[in-house]
Amino acid sequence: MDPIRESLLKVSHQAKLERRGRIIGLFCISLIVIVVAAIFYFVASRGLATFYHDKINLWDFLTKQAWNPGTKDSHGNPAVGALPMIVGSFLVTIFAAIVATPFAIGAAIFMTEISPRRGMQILKPVTELLVGIPSVVYGFIGLTVVVPVIRQLFGGTGFGILAGTMVLFVMILPTVTSMSVDALQAVPRYYREASLALGATRWQTIYKVVLRSATPGLLTAVVFGMARAFGEALAVQMVIGNAALLPHNLVSPASTLTSILTMGIGNTIMGSLENNALWSLALILLLMSLVFNLLIRLIGRKGAMK
Amino acid sequence: MKKRILLVAALLLSLVTLTACQSSADRGESITVVGSSALQPLVEAAGEQYGSEHLGKFINVQGGGSGTGLSQIQEGAVAIGNSDMYAEEKRGIKAKQLVDHRVAVVGITPVLNKKIGVKNLSFAQLKAIFTGQVTNWREVGGPNLPIVIVNRAQGSGTRVTFEKWVLRGAQAKQAQEQESTGMVRQIVATTPGAISYMAFSYVDKTVAAVNVAGVAPTDQNVTTNKWQIWSYEHMYTNGQPKGLTKDFIRYIYSDAIQEKMLPKLGYIPVNHMQIERDLKGNVTATKGG
Repeated sequence: MDPIRESLLKVSHQAKLERRGRIIGLFCISLIVIVVAAIFYFVASRGLATFYHDKINLWDFLTKQAWNPGTKDSHGNPAVGALPMIVGSFLVTIFAAIVATPFAIGAAIFMTEISPRRGMQILKPVTELLVGIPSVVYGFIGLTVVVPVIRQLFGGTGFGILAGTMVLFVMILPTVTSMSVDALQAVPRYYREASLALGATRWQTIYKVVLRSATPGLLTAVVFGMARAFGEALAVQMVIGNAALLPHNLVSPASTLTSILTMGIGNTIMGSLENNALWSLALILLLMSLVFNLLIRLIGRKGAMK
Repeated sequence: MKKRILLVAALLLSLVTLTACQSSADRGESITVVGSSALQPLVEAAGEQYGSEHLGKFINVQGGGSGTGLSQIQEGAVAIGNSDMYAEEKRGIKAKQLVDHRVAVVGITPVLNKKIGVKNLSFAQLKAIFTGQVTNWREVGGPNLPIVIVNRAQGSGTRVTFEKWVLRGAQAKQAQEQESTGMVRQIVATTPGAISYMAFSYVDKTVAAVNVAGVAPTDQNVTTNKWQIWSYEHMYTNGQPKGLTKDFIRYIYSDAIQEKMLPKLGYIPVNHMQIERDLKGNVTATKGG
């Protein structure tokens, strides 16, 4: 057999390499999928036990306001109403996003459109630095600076939704900013050139062309920030006051899903109602992060169709 | 290619032999102790001292709360589970298979923000405050200032003890909760009108401890049960302790720990107690003290 024919018929070294690479890749991916599925299964089995095993009404769980799983209410039902935590989580998340978005988009515009060089040299490293600060440090600053200031200005104890919002706003700012920068940079150069050529000013170009075409990307950035805010535990727990009460104003102690979870889990026994109820909160958190993920995908697809 | 495979194989082999060497070299023995954060400082300090006196023996100490301690020891995941409360008091724990070792006593006192200036509260007043019937310091002889309750997390040993002896079964008002005593102390120190409770050892100059029904929160008053808000610190083992676990518990009971280390860390040795209190709160005199 001549060597050329042989080398054509034999599986080449490159092909072997590729196959090996594919197997390794497949193995890694399936491992990740298994881990994710296992987490879902574990949280769901524990979280749903509250409803199946302890016979708590799902609707009561989502809408009742009394959270005290160790005790019973006047009807003899365990007091597991998660509404205060759900409301608290959503309030801090939405407020933090509302406060952070203008700052983030403003910074992103400055970095990409107005002064790219200085922006990239100074602003970018600074925002990236913010990402690296551990959340406990944010919480501690919140506790020693933000809370007393709020107490001075608005009275009360200073702990509450407002303090949580302030801390979260700084925490999600870098995430939203850097993703907004990416979104703005992805706008094709010829959009800007065409706009300027038509006689639009720089502001008109930014406002009517760049921001408009980057809207899906910017929305994704905001949702990403919200997902991070929703899941943040430690820093929020330090400043929100952790009272399982519906907040009646922004400076009254409130709680979030995460703060009640981190506080309670060490003091409950696996398999008891107290513990299962906490797992149900974790399940809500997991489902919400799923919703945020789907939202990001949806926005991405909508944007792509344009 | 072959070379690389050989290299990887050699690395793996050396890793395996190295780890094998390590484990055969120290012949280390170790146990894990988990639970109550109130007892953690003591067990940590004692474990460290034990480790330095007994080479090759390690005591891993972790916090996590009394509930964690009890559930972990029940599952047999750890050697010792620390708890501030009797295992019988925690729902979901089969206390019968656990062996209780009461290693120390901790007194718990109500603490106020210093600016309030109230020096004494009766049990009825304390109960009214923590159940929410009284919401202004004016009503208990203080300034016109709203009362801010700071609680520990639900199920925390300190909170369970405090509520057991102060509220006596009444439902506590829903209020702020904090995970750790250090956090509680900082908040009470800086928030006007704040009240909370903590172990004696955590009380410092930044907060004001109050007398309850005319009794001062001192170790002396705890030993005679004049100060009623206190609890035993329990170290639970699953069945009778054996080996290193037994040795370590005996070490905790030794004079070096009980007489020297405990008072320094703010605990009261069990054999200083002139009374004994059982699960139901029945008090009997003991020969100790």
